[in-house]
Order: sequence, then structure tokens, then C-alpha cells
Amino acid sequence: MIPAAFDYKRASSAAEAIALVSEYGDDAKFLAGGHSLLPLMKLRLAQPTMLIDIGRITDLSYIRDAGNHIAIGALTRHMDVETSAMLAEHVPLLAHAASHVGDAQVRHRGTIGGSIAHADPASDLPATTLALGATYVVQGPNGTREIAAADFYLGFLESALAADEILTEIRVPKMNGAGWNFQKFNRRAQDWAIVGVAAWRRGSESGVALVNMGSTPVLATSVSTAIAQGASVADAAKLASADADPQADNNASVEYRTHLAEVLVRRALDASS
Amino acid sequence: MSHVNELTARGRTQPPIEGDCIVQISVTVNGTTHDSDVEPRTLLVHYVREQLGLTGTNVGCDTSSCGACTLHLNGEAVKSCTVLAVQADGQQVATIESLEVDGVMHPMQTAFMENHGLQCGYCTPGMVMASISLLNENPNPTEEQVRLGLEGNLCRCTGYHNIVKSVLACASAAAVSGSK
Repeated sequence: MIPAAFDYKRASSAAEAIALVSEYGDDAKFLAGGHSLLPLMKLRLAQPTMLIDIGRITDLSYIRDAGNHIAIGALTRHMDVETSAMLAEHVPLLAHAASHVGDAQVRHRGTIGGSIAHADPASDLPATTLALGATYVVQGPNGTREIAAADFYLGFLESALAADEILTEIRVPKMNGAGWNFQKFNRRAQDWAIVGVAAWRRGSESGVALVNMGSTPVLATSVSTAIAQGASVADAAKLASADADPQADNNASVEYRTHLAEVLVRRALDASS
Repeated sequence: MSHVNELTARGRTQPPIEGDCIVQISVTVNGTTHDSDVEPRTLLVHYVREQLGLTGTNVGCDTSSCGACTLHLNGEAVKSCTVLAVQADGQQVATIESLEVDGVMHPMQTAFMENHGLQCGYCTPGMVMASISLLNENPNPTEEQVRLGLEGNLCRCTGYHNIVKSVLACASAAAVSGSK
């Protein structure tokens, strides 16, 4: 399978990438690691006429301690998130979730920012950063703005990023010793989750997000509210799908996904408590 | 641009359409630097196989699932069906053909041979390249780590047991020679 023809430009900075996308408009797409975009282009589900390669913007690849949060450059590869000692110490849920993305070859190329900007509800890192209450920093022609993860995902593969904006940084609050767990249910190694759960808990505080339970990653706020009000894990988990809108596909019916979400939320919160 | 016509004649790509641009790239493959003209949409696997004639790297699923097209980009295993040749511009690529030196196989190839780590052989170049990358990152993996580390490579003969055995044998052989 070969993508439809396109033109190619390589940007050496975020500012250059924004200038290029402003010039070429809606038919241009950013190319980071390419592990979400290129498969779509090979299937001709996406046919951009211009690819702006941002994969060489090395100053957007970093993991830094920024006090109460860890700042991750958007072009940091999954493998670097997975193996970061700083993340293992301060945001172990994210490092662990990154190790579940695809396979080693995919993690050598794919980037955290690419995965988030792609906004696939079946991907692991959008939901994980949502559970963690992350903030995304985006840069556009008029400067930078911050978007809370909870406000970022608007629809299937659709985010609050404007066409001429680029995701530059992911800010993830430190977990400060909270319990955590990541559940990914799939039938084949390296596959997307049929349903996945990213969860953390510190006493009555918790964050729970669902993978592949709707057209966007889903923050299970009903579960966290129940936990805050003193519900047992088993009772809170019954609300797993309250905020979700699961769809049927070849892998699972709506009923199956709903059941799976309850079971996986219960397991994740039991392990986090 | 001759390659474009060549490939078109063989029916491997669509004829260039209006607006097609050709990009010049310089890629070091197995130690030799190649200056080539490519269409931006040329996949790295097609570039090494069809433009450079290095057919040891196989195309399997063509959907970044099976790992048959695994080669090394800057020393790390990647699936070359999901990398554009232009993304390898200025980078180092190593394919299965780079492993044998002066008639001597790479220790991983030897380990696959000695442990019957291949049956039909189709997945083998990708398995070997992925396994070398795995040991570069984790020289002494457990069996579970090998199985997880190779999750991106499928063997349709289902010969996983001996593949895992081969990688573990290569790791312990390296550990033994390293301790001498």
C-alpha cells in the first residue's frame, strides 16, 4: 500500500512548522513519528497534499522536572517516556502506559504528542494523560495557549487544536505517591485495547479514564465522585460507563464493552487502593 | 527520476501525477551513503528493496503489525513499511544484509541457526533485526522480556519457542564472551 502523492517540507522549529502550515492551509498535516498518520495514508483514509515533517525538531523532545508537574516535549518518543527514570519516580502511571503502546518498533518512532494530537479514543496515552489531569501546551501564529486534557478531545480523531496550531508540551502533575494501575484488555499482543483503564487513587481523590469507550477518551467522573463520597470500589465501578458512549465494532458489542469497563475499573481501583 | 518510470513500468507505483515532487535524500545504508531521488510517499522498505536492491528486508502485512520489514534506523528497530524514505534522509540505516561480515554470520544469526529459530524463514530477517535491537537495549533479558520485546514480530509458522530460545542463547553467549 502506497499513500496518495503529497509534497513534503521539513520544519526545523515549531515556528517554522506553524508558518508552513499557515501557508499551505487545511490540506497540510504535521508528520511527527508517523505511526498514526502513515497507516491512515497508506489506506488512503487520509490524503493530505502536503506533509510538514516536524520529526527533527529536537528541542521538542525532553522530559523535565517543573516543580509540581513534569513537562514532556511533544516529540518525546514512547520509548523515552517508558524508560524515563524521572517519570518512573513522579508519574509512574504514564511511563507504564507508554510501555503498552504498540510494540518496540512502534515505540521507537511514535511520539506522545503525535498520539495525543491524533486524538484516537483507542490509544493509551490520551486517556492516561486525561486521568492524570494533564495540561497540553499548544503554539499557534498568535503565541501559546494551554488546554486542559478534559477540554481537548472533541470527537473521533478531533481535538481542540486549530489547523495552524502545534502541540508542543504535555504537563503532567506529579502523582506524589498515589496508587495507580493500568488495565488494557486486548486479544492479540501489540493491539489496541478493546477497553482500557488508566486509574490513580489517593484516599478519597482519584482519576479514572477509559480507553475505547466512546468517540473520545472518557474521564469517568461518576466513578471518582462515588469514591469521593465513600462508595466501595465495587459500587463505584458499577458507574464505569455512566460517562461513556461505547460503540460496537468487530471486537466487541456495546454490552460486552460496558461489562468489561466495570470489571477493569474495579480491578484498576482495587490495585490503586 | 528514472526510477519512477522504472517502478511504474513494473506496476509498483501509480504513475506520477501532476504536482508530484521529487525529493533528494542522502541515506547511509549498511555503511554506504546513497544520494537518491525519491517521491515523498516512497516507503523506506520500498526504497531499500527496489531502489537499492536490498531484498533481504521483507514486506509482510504492510500495516505495521507483522514486523517482517524490521530494520535499524540509527541503531534501533523500526518497521520500514511505516517510515518514509525522506524521514531517513541523513540517517543511518542497517538491514539484514549488513550482519554478515567476511563470511562470518552475526552471533544472532548463528543463534537462530543453532536453535532452529526459523522455519519458512519469511519473518526471520525482521526477527533477527528486532532481536539485536532488543539485546542492545536489554543485554540480559528474561524469557518473558524476550517474548514481550518481540511482540511486534509475527511468525506465521508459529515457531516462537525456538525464536525465543535463539535470542536467549545469543544473550548468554554474549554474556560469556563478555566475561572472558
